[in-house]
Amino acid sequence: MCGIGGILSKHGKLIEAKKIITLMDTMNYRYNGLGGGFSGYGIYPKYKELYALHILYRDEIAKERLEESLKDEKIIIYKEEEIPTRNIKEIPKEMLSWRYFVDTHEDVKNKDDYIVDLVMGINQAENGAFVCSSGKNMGVFKATGYPKDVARLFKVDKYKGHIWLGHGRFPTNTPGWWGGAHPFNILDWSVVHNGEISSYGINRRYLETWGYKCTLLTDTEVVAYLCDLLVRRHKLPLKIAAEVLTPDFWKHTKRMSEKERKLLKVIRMTYGSAMLNGPFGIIVANRNSMMGLNDRIKLRPLIAAETEDFSYLASEEAAIMSICSNPDKIWAPKAGEPVIARVLKNE
Amino acid sequence: MSSLPEFKINIDREICNVCRRCIRECSFDVLRYDEEKNKIISDDALCVACQRCMEKCPTKAITIDKRPIAFSSHPTWTEEIRRDILAQAETGSAILVSTGCEVRYPSIFDHLLIDACQVTNPAIDPLREPMELTTFIGKKPKMLELREENEEIELMTEITPNLEIKTPITIAHMSYGALSLNAHKSLARGAKMVGTVMGTGEGGLHKDLYPLADSIVVQVASGRFGVHREYLNIAAGIEIKIGQGAKPGIGGHLPGRKVSEAISETRMIPTGTDALSPAPHHDIYSIEDLSRLIYALKEATRYEKPVFVKIAAVHNSAPIASGIVRAGADAVVLDGNMGGTGASPKVIRDHLGIPIEIAIAVVDERLREEGIRNEASIIASGGIRSAADVAKAIALGADAVAIGTAALIALGCRVCKRCFTGKCSWGIATQDPNLVKRLDPEIGAQRVANLINAWSIELKEILGALGLNSIESLRGNRERLRGIGLDHTMLEILDVEPVGR
Repeated sequence: MCGIGGILSKHGKLIEAKKIITLMDTMNYRYNGLGGGFSGYGIYPKYKELYALHILYRDEIAKERLEESLKDEKIIIYKEEEIPTRNIKEIPKEMLSWRYFVDTHEDVKNKDDYIVDLVMGINQAENGAFVCSSGKNMGVFKATGYPKDVARLFKVDKYKGHIWLGHGRFPTNTPGWWGGAHPFNILDWSVVHNGEISSYGINRRYLETWGYKCTLLTDTEVVAYLCDLLVRRHKLPLKIAAEVLTPDFWKHTKRMSEKERKLLKVIRMTYGSAMLNGPFGIIVANRNSMMGLNDRIKLRPLIAAETEDFSYLASEEAAIMSICSNPDKIWAPKAGEPVIARVLKNE
Repeated sequence: MSSLPEFKINIDREICNVCRRCIRECSFDVLRYDEEKNKIISDDALCVACQRCMEKCPTKAITIDKRPIAFSSHPTWTEEIRRDILAQAETGSAILVSTGCEVRYPSIFDHLLIDACQVTNPAIDPLREPMELTTFIGKKPKMLELREENEEIELMTEITPNLEIKTPITIAHMSYGALSLNAHKSLARGAKMVGTVMGTGEGGLHKDLYPLADSIVVQVASGRFGVHREYLNIAAGIEIKIGQGAKPGIGGHLPGRKVSEAISETRMIPTGTDALSPAPHHDIYSIEDLSRLIYALKEATRYEKPVFVKIAAVHNSAPIASGIVRAGADAVVLDGNMGGTGASPKVIRDHLGIPIEIAIAVVDERLREEGIRNEASIIASGGIRSAADVAKAIALGADAVAIGTAALIALGCRVCKRCFTGKCSWGIATQDPNLVKRLDPEIGAQRVANLINAWSIELKEILGALGLNSIESLRGNRERLRGIGLDHTMLEILDVEPVGR
């Protein structure tokens, strides 16, 4: 069991992080303290053109080693600093957390691909350094602890963003460590996940043929990479990417038009190995959208709500009600059908 | 066969009413009637334990035993080896056998265990929830290009023809000639009933089966028997046979006595002549040549049919398969060393080739490494005995499997291993009209369909236990397999973790 939550401001207004912290804290009984985290979009307006690398280090040596090796990379570091933290008794600081605002050299042809390769390389090397987010104007804060404590640890309450994701963990498959907490991220994509990806083995092998390396000992990371692959690299519309991840059952295609049926068939033929199977509720976000998605037979809870200004997603209705007591609309999304919320304009 | 009988026929004289039915049923001339004694007499040396007499005896008076023979034991000079040497000393020839490998190499399937859900991921009940087995065989696009116009999504990517089957279980190629027409009809109708395909083997396609052609994959083998424009164009797909698991590197030989009028017409050869399939295709001496044949067949069918290439699983299967895919094949069919045959030299059948499990693992991995896994499907055959084997083959990376011996057993084959004699008492591997009619194609079709349906149901049960509701999520998902009693290197090759990890 885990709990997930997300808030998006349709008009791009900045939302105080305490909203998502409260929302997440409402579902405290869903977590066991072995992982919590937040992903905020729009939190670094000053450096919004730069990739914000959030890096966790096991110790000073790992940090020196990585920083030394970064000198050989085709990146320019414009600013680097330790991510501000509080000393709290609930979470011992077992890792150092730093952020770097970087851009690639001019001669790098595809900047995004370069950053993806850089992140994969660092995480695969397992040298005591771990990149937990790499998008622009966004960042992931995560550790081993309850979400509210993780928020206190990283002073998440000091940030404002137009999209927030939150996660509280109750790990059953893989060890609890800071890197294994959610959200998982690559470039602008962040994912929080409740459940299990039972198709992980083939999803991972499929992603490997596209150059991704799954190194985090957790099934969820494949979702972030799949979103990056399908939406950024294959340029599929988000709702089609959702169809790849949770395709309609064949028996439901009988009701569709010939054209729709053909499209669905071709999607499944082409992307069968990217299909997600197993019980899950996930929320993925990028810089201007947020999508909630359940597995094809809805084996995990997910509730959506809307007001004129905000879209909400959470594992439980009570969590949404804790910060929005009177939504215009609140509903349980159907199995396998995505709920897509978009930022219509950015302030 | 040595002259020492392997089996002993016991006739319970108390209940035998000497109706002599058994004599008519036995196609191996084991039984005769002794008028003086008014008794059925057996020549046990000719018995192959096909069980026909036993089953058809109205009073169930017949039983067949293993005939106990005390070969003084020796670890090197086993009974089998001594029998073979004795036979060869007599005949001076290679030993001819039927059916699959009889050497007990360790079965890898039997050393793989499948995962199941507990608590954190609920198992799915296939009787309540949808469970999808639909499979597409053929080349897939690497990625899709879509254009979004006024909320409408247009597909810009061109899709090559795929074979759509309702279950990942197909029927392997076995020729008309090796098999009777009724056996061929049973397999084709059975395949159609369950929405899968059967393979013609290399003996062409009898006209009676043309109406079923959309469930039939036609084969083009080194003898090119029965290959013509219509044959290629009515089929669901085309398979080029390079090799066969039971006899890698060996051709085929249908003796002239089996080449009846109907076979002669179907194979397009004179009646009574031996049908020889050369070991290699005499126009394929390299991968370039193979590519030319693949494209010749595609040209001949206007690029409307997927073209498969079947090879025996051998040491170098991975690079060979990669070459085949790059040569333009839409699927690679891998036939493992446990695969069956109508006739093969024993030494070849028992000692050449590698297990299908290994071939699937290395070919799937190689095609992924090279980024061409989407270019072709993998069909695995050769010793697939149960739904568990199907699930394991798919988890290792196969798109579908093909079953041969299992389908014949469903038709009534008792694995007496005498297909090459043409005397099959069950009407399956024979051209004798009196024997052929023993197999009713309606009943045969139903039995084949039942078998595939039963395995498909079991496959759904396995998927459900794994918490998956679609076969795509099992395909290549080696994470859900664990090896037991396999050595480190084997696990590494299979890319499977040991149990407990």
